[in-house]
Amino acid sequence: MSGGSDVVVVGAGPAGLAAACQAAESGARVLVMDDNAAAGGQVWRGEQGEWQERFARSGAALETGRAVIDERVRERGRTVVLATGARELFLPFPGWTLPGVVGAGGLQALIKSGYDVAGKRVVVAGSGPLLYAVAALAREKGASVMLVAEQAPGAAVAGFVRGLWRHPEKLAQGVGLAMALGGVEAVRGCWVEEAMGRGRVEGVKMRCGRRVWEESCDVLAAGFGLTPNTELAEMLGCHVRAGAVETGDWQQTSVEGVYAAGEVTGIGGVEKSVVEGEIAGLAAAGRRAEAERLFGRRAQWRRFGEELGRAFALREEVKRLARGETVLCRCEDVTVGQLRDRAGWREAKLRTRCGMGACQGRVCGAITRTLFGWGPSKPRPPLYPTRFEDLFSD
Amino acid sequence: MTAGAPDVLIVGAGAVGAACAWELSRGGLRVSMVEEDVVGSGATAAGMGHLVALDGSEHEFALSRFSQGLWAELLPQMPREVEHLQCGTLWVAADDEEMSEVRRKHGYYGAHGVSSEMLDAKQLAAAEPELRVGLAGGLVVPGDSVIYAPAAAQWLVERSGAAVIRGRVERLNGRTAWLGDGTRLEAGIVVNATGARAAKLTAGVPVTPRKGHLAITDRYPGFLRHQLIELGYMKSAHAGGGESVAFNAQPRKTGQVLLGSSRQHGVEDAGVDRMILSRMMKRAVEYLPGIGELQVIRCWTGCRAATPDGAPLIGPWPGEDGLWLATGHEGLGITTAPGTGRLLADLILGRTPCLPAGPYLPARLCHG
Repeated sequence: MSGGSDVVVVGAGPAGLAAACQAAESGARVLVMDDNAAAGGQVWRGEQGEWQERFARSGAALETGRAVIDERVRERGRTVVLATGARELFLPFPGWTLPGVVGAGGLQALIKSGYDVAGKRVVVAGSGPLLYAVAALAREKGASVMLVAEQAPGAAVAGFVRGLWRHPEKLAQGVGLAMALGGVEAVRGCWVEEAMGRGRVEGVKMRCGRRVWEESCDVLAAGFGLTPNTELAEMLGCHVRAGAVETGDWQQTSVEGVYAAGEVTGIGGVEKSVVEGEIAGLAAAGRRAEAERLFGRRAQWRRFGEELGRAFALREEVKRLARGETVLCRCEDVTVGQLRDRAGWREAKLRTRCGMGACQGRVCGAITRTLFGWGPSKPRPPLYPTRFEDLFSD
Repeated sequence: MTAGAPDVLIVGAGAVGAACAWELSRGGLRVSMVEEDVVGSGATAAGMGHLVALDGSEHEFALSRFSQGLWAELLPQMPREVEHLQCGTLWVAADDEEMSEVRRKHGYYGAHGVSSEMLDAKQLAAAEPELRVGLAGGLVVPGDSVIYAPAAAQWLVERSGAAVIRGRVERLNGRTAWLGDGTRLEAGIVVNATGARAAKLTAGVPVTPRKGHLAITDRYPGFLRHQLIELGYMKSAHAGGGESVAFNAQPRKTGQVLLGSSRQHGVEDAGVDRMILSRMMKRAVEYLPGIGELQVIRCWTGCRAATPDGAPLIGPWPGEDGLWLATGHEGLGITTAPGTGRLLADLILGRTPCLPAGPYLPARLCHG
């Protein structure tokens, strides 16, 4: 039935599930849509936690395996909650397109869906707490984790860790990770300069200040933090600032009837996503008084997100790793040298085909925003490659 | 006139403005251009970049054929980003009635020096295996081709040596253009080459917007071999008003399939209209059943500049001394850009026109 739901939630990760539970438990008819085969999102992929169980009992409907590709999602219900999450930020460096070089989140997803890392030598590099989670997971599955390299300076990370007493859940997670990492070498203020190998990655050149060395490996997992998935919000006309969807007290966006919650409003981790989702779900179901009680908790986790952002801010050196001949847009084989003197995204696109391939500018758009400060143009439908027939079947 | 002002200021750096800059510079004039976005970013970027000889009228054929000759001189000099693909056009006939149109077209082209080849049903299937069975035949025009027009426009602008000023012109006359930020640009003469926006800058110019939808797929090398157009296309292209959809599918050098075409008269909103797109796609599936399986990666719209009699406006604007027009090319602006530039330069420089100018002069549509 078209328009049959009171609340349509896009994304079944932490924010989406929390929003759906709160709205459905308030008596709203809720539909959750997600392009993965099951609920959970990136963080809870393949897990059966508290929120998944609560969701199963909530009465909310779940539609999986189909991506939301355009603004027609608004026809599915009166209000929409955007919980579209974030994706990994890649940065180009020489050799980053070699087989065997994957994202940090990419390796996590690969392992969770059955990729065998047993016996493989793995280097994890880039930025953010995700690196440690990925390293711990790889080690648990039998990989030899050679090195975990965080680009942020040791002092910044140490300051962040010292501040964790304010967020005991995070402190416990950190201790758990540290134990899971065992004797793995974890360095800070250190980054990949180049991935090397014939036909596939065989080693990486690392730098720590003035010290440069090579490390052999079979897999390099390199991720530079997360970037919000704002494309659907932009297509619906929501204001986006500094790469994140702007929201008000009730998680409402600038567009009437559209809410946003979780990483899409700014990177802050799973707890921020859950509490924002809860507030959005309650507000969308008309229970503002209950939502307001969560403001304190939200403020705490937003603070955590800000601290995280400051501690793991990208240093200028990692934005300058690519050489002129290093490919930046992988779909269309456009190099950094072809792009760096362009006036902006639109010119780059028309002159070089950057962003015109199947990723629709998701990967290269985030890179050029980070490297050159370009704002990508408004996304055009479909948001994901879609079979011709599915595009016009209603 | 301010000292140092250019001889000509061209407003709009699409394919038509770029070709005008190229020809006027080669004619010895100092040219400046003003463009609100990036060179070749408007209808030039939205369209299909099909270089085609069309025979909708004598003057349409004359300008498109003459322009094809100029393209043939330019393309070998242009860089690979222009993505020139000599795929030819294949006009597809669904039934016997359309086959009689194939014979007429074949005769017309032959009489005017354009080589073409008639195909029966079996030859059609061999020429383009993805077409459905049961079509009557077709006409191949091997001289037609496909380009990526923004790259061609950029090359023409660069080689012309014209200075490109970034800004949005809000008002103009035959000597001056005013930008949104108050900047005043002066020149000996001004050329309005702003496509469908021309009437907004020069009151009374008879161009109206005609919106089109396009969709492009991921890469499927070999899926198509020719630019395919249904014979009913000409009826759609030359219809006066309302909405129409015609089957028009193009292979890109990248292996992608670019799909047109629709026409909505008087619609200026740039949003994708789901119903039109849906009709366009259903029409395509009627000809190419396998296209339903391909992944579409992007849909967008563009705006053609339509005139009441279907011919472009090239020449002086009678209402304003010093003001010239190069607009109103509807769906044929990429093909006819070089001929437009040459004809405009001939008229401005007082040379013998490369073509009889009458059918293209704006004065033809000015009454009283």
